[in-house]
Amino acid sequence: MTQAQRVGATALLWLVLLTMPFWIGAVGGYTELASRVVVMALAATALNFLLGYTGTLSFGHAAYFGLAAYGAGMTLKYVAPSTGLGMLIGVAVGTLAAAAIGALIVRLRGVYFAMVTIAFGQVFYFIAFRWNTVTGGDDGLTGWRRLPLDLAGIRLDIQNHDTAFYYLALACFALSAGAMALLLSSPFGRTLQAIRENERRARFLGIAVERHLWLSFVISCAFVSLAGTLYALLNNFTDPRALRWDMSGNFVIMAVLGGMRSFWGPLVGAAVFVVLQDYVSSHTENWMSVVGLIFVLVVLFFPRGVLGLVQRRGEQ
Amino acid sequence: MTQLILFNIFNGLIVGAFYALMALGLSLILNLSGVINFAHGGFLALGAYLAYSLMPLVGFWGALVVAPLLTAALGLAIERLLIRRVYGRDPLYSLLLTFGLAYILEDLARYIWGPQSLPYPIPAALARPLSTQFFFLTGYRLFMVALVALTVAALFVVLGRTRLGMRIRAGTLDLETVSALGVNVRVLRNLNFGLGIYLAGLAGVLAAGMLGLQPTIGTSLIMPSFVAIIVGGLGSLPGTLFGGLLIGVAQGLATVFMPSASEAIIYVMMGLVLLMRPRGLLGEEGRLK
Repeated sequence: MTQAQRVGATALLWLVLLTMPFWIGAVGGYTELASRVVVMALAATALNFLLGYTGTLSFGHAAYFGLAAYGAGMTLKYVAPSTGLGMLIGVAVGTLAAAAIGALIVRLRGVYFAMVTIAFGQVFYFIAFRWNTVTGGDDGLTGWRRLPLDLAGIRLDIQNHDTAFYYLALACFALSAGAMALLLSSPFGRTLQAIRENERRARFLGIAVERHLWLSFVISCAFVSLAGTLYALLNNFTDPRALRWDMSGNFVIMAVLGGMRSFWGPLVGAAVFVVLQDYVSSHTENWMSVVGLIFVLVVLFFPRGVLGLVQRRGEQ
Repeated sequence: MTQLILFNIFNGLIVGAFYALMALGLSLILNLSGVINFAHGGFLALGAYLAYSLMPLVGFWGALVVAPLLTAALGLAIERLLIRRVYGRDPLYSLLLTFGLAYILEDLARYIWGPQSLPYPIPAALARPLSTQFFFLTGYRLFMVALVALTVAALFVVLGRTRLGMRIRAGTLDLETVSALGVNVRVLRNLNFGLGIYLAGLAGVLAAGMLGLQPTIGTSLIMPSFVAIIVGGLGSLPGTLFGGLLIGVAQGLATVFMPSASEAIIYVMMGLVLLMRPRGLLGEEGRLK
């Protein structure tokens, strides 16, 4: 792709995102589905910060996603009727947990790193599942709603207008994606990519590899936490499934499906996956088999993802 | 109180034996092929359901023998068809592939045998309690512990004394050299995978007799098996065995003192082990990569 084509494609992408609520109904979707695409895209892009650009596979990101979802929901339910405060606390909870667990696991690599992230994710699942009186257990956390958001005097009625919520989610996605892109083009981001390409050489150059991996993990989880708070607000509900291992697997497959070596790949992957999942689960009871089949087919035939295919064709 | 504690330690030992059986199979595959087999739980469930369907034809004992073998045969086929293609690639792909397989296997069980839980009848001779004071010592529980012990012993004999076992152990250390010495590595990995799946199938049949059958039986046992491997030590089979028993007993004891934490406690143990000894209790050094 030439520079001009790249700019054109990005512009088109944003045009599609900005106008989505106006045409999604016409093609058989609904505004909530559009919001879900954007929220999942944020989660997958955040995971890809770690997976695609640091070369470290986490299969447990749902833990921080779900913790943040509970953080936001429980703040709104028990602490104060403020959506902004809920999001703030949700992100803080998810990020702090990631900081603590990240410190335990940065010494592991590859397949073992993945295995430990999966296992740690389960702790929070069981806490949410078992601590009925506070979390609502298996039935989920109910009895709260997202409330209108006051932003510097402007009242954004996300409670009653799904479209307003969509634009809030899109704004969060845009700001987060911008922040991550900035980080990745900074010396810090370049260092992460150097570690991905050759960890030993990076270490010999005097780079503190473990500290960089830890920071990358925490940054990635902070943005996943933001996605988690939005997910809870979107549904006005959260349950233990938000932090179970299959959710982590979904984030990974979205990133891979779209193309983990391109920045917008996870967005494309999330759009395809969320829409497909919505369609399949409303048409058949055996949606698990279909989702499983997507996993298998992606691994066998599209390991570079949709955008990977496009890029390769462009290079030829 | 003593009886309650004894009961829960014994119960924990049984649960730990399941974890160990699962985790040993996972470890075998992970050590030789570098693949985390997320579908292990799916194979376990399949073993259990196959035994359920076979029982009217061949009886309890026949099902106990045949079902794990059938599961292993299916494992051999799936390895040849799918798993083999991701060897040597980024671990990301083996995880995604087996993740997808886990979904498909669970859904398959739900599709064929239904979502409701099914009872798994065991022979009356095994269901009786052996003593009135220690009512929990039913024949089936003792039988299970004995059978798991026997299986594990047999596994270590196979690995330690036979040519196949020797090659598996050698391949774990240096697959390239083993290949250069003329061993067919593709067949070796295939057989090794089948061996791991056999253990999963057997664990499934045994678990069915204790917990009954439901499609999610495998997924509920696979996470603790990961923990068993990490706690016991990466790359060490005795470590995996020890890890499985240890977290099982810990879970049993937690049931006495703080039932709501009985699942979370094993992850806390994992955190402690990673903090103080990242390679695991019996793990070899340099196995973290």
